[in-house]
Amino acid sequence: MKPFDYTRAHDPASAVQTVAEEPGARYLAGGTNLVDHLKLGVAAPEHVVDVRGALDETVTELEDGRIRVGAAVSNSALAAHPLVRSRYPLLSAALLAGASGQLRNAATTGGNLLQRTRCPYFQNTTTPCNKREPGSGCSAREGHGRDNAVLGVSQECVATHPSDMAVALTALGAEVRVLGPEGERGVPMPGLHRLPGHRPEHDTVLEHGDLITAVDLPALPLAARSTYRKVRERASYAFALVSVAAALQIREGVVADVRLALGGVAHAPWRAHHAEQVLRGEPATEEAFRAAADAELAQARPGADNAFKVPLAVNTICATLRSLTTQEDR
Amino acid sequence: MEATITLHVDGYRRELTVDTRTTLLDALRDRLGEYSPKKGCDHGQCGACTVLADGRRILSCLALAVAQDGAHVTTAAGLAQGGGGPHRVTRAFLEHDAYQCGYCTPGQICSAVGALSELEAGMPSHATDHPDAPVRTTDAEIRERMSGNLCRCGAYPAIVAAVREAAQ
Repeated sequence: MKPFDYTRAHDPASAVQTVAEEPGARYLAGGTNLVDHLKLGVAAPEHVVDVRGALDETVTELEDGRIRVGAAVSNSALAAHPLVRSRYPLLSAALLAGASGQLRNAATTGGNLLQRTRCPYFQNTTTPCNKREPGSGCSAREGHGRDNAVLGVSQECVATHPSDMAVALTALGAEVRVLGPEGERGVPMPGLHRLPGHRPEHDTVLEHGDLITAVDLPALPLAARSTYRKVRERASYAFALVSVAAALQIREGVVADVRLALGGVAHAPWRAHHAEQVLRGEPATEEAFRAAADAELAQARPGADNAFKVPLAVNTICATLRSLTTQEDR
Repeated sequence: MEATITLHVDGYRRELTVDTRTTLLDALRDRLGEYSPKKGCDHGQCGACTVLADGRRILSCLALAVAQDGAHVTTAAGLAQGGGGPHRVTRAFLEHDAYQCGYCTPGQICSAVGALSELEAGMPSHATDHPDAPVRTTDAEIRERMSGNLCRCGAYPAIVAAVREAAQ
């Protein structure tokens, strides 16, 4: 591990100023991903700026009914917050499906969004990886490809985004509050995370120095009937092969509105706009769910080892929507 | 790069100067001689290094010591303090023989103590019927909440029994 300076930031503005001025500076919050990257040699900052104490760690209701989540709110606190449990069960469920109790206590809302892929070739500095070392090549494309993305892949990168929480936020259409050297702005989800294209080294649209200060959840009554379903290699403490965040509103047997996002299948949490469009106005039946899921996955481009993810995603979408049709109102 | 920090470990105030690269786990073991937190994977995948920091269970291998400056850290060894003999979770592990080699045990015990206070606070888990449903202490809840602690001897049935008893 390369030596680094450590500073504890006292307010977001001074943290942004420090990091923006130093190309070798990095933010630290919960550390559950960055500290591992320091050990692995995936990250080698010259200066670590600890922002955990500088950022808001409260969940507050805004006057217009939106919920503002401070960037330092831990994953466990967010999942257990009464407003989130009752109004956005898919967000609680997604958070609780991720990592372990210990990790959720340390991990923050901002850090969860900015965690990096668990592609084994990205984490292994002895193998080529365009994301870690632009231009070096992609080992995953011809290597162990079980976990690779099937949607929105590029020649340069087939990595998936590992976050569960981000999938729920993508279904909700949350807005990420960002403080940069030029001031504050909002970044919508989907829209924070990028598809790999020719620049897989950039996970998000954020620039060096940008700091996530909060996440705003929209007032969305539809989300009261919502859930998150995660398919993985073991029942707990594993990343998703495929996951689905969904909210469903049915009126007289017809899909009045639906929100659908997928995890484990792309470089970014994947909002299934296509499936949503197909489904709105259709009867809430298995046939309609399957037609919508098929329409979304028609654009999939799997490799040799991960073709199973396509039917798995279709089936998981159907099962998730089906469970929402029978869910009692709370 | 070095920094001088204060850690309150198992009730004792300890001041030390650490390289900024030092994890909380390495500070506890190599600098302070507190050997109950164990180094298993050192990558946040096994739970052997679990300690309580300001009352919450965390992985000490993924925490930088400098970032924990001022924290109150409790290890499995420190749970015993206070004159009342072993902690009720530790006693339950003994009674149920909830280990074989014992290497993961201090992490299991700290994790169980943290998990039980999360249960008592009514925090939901992946095993809870619905995120907004009341939380009940079932074996499924215990297994889910303890999933961040691996036991390669496979003492899981006895670990679940011990945590179940400690929960009562």
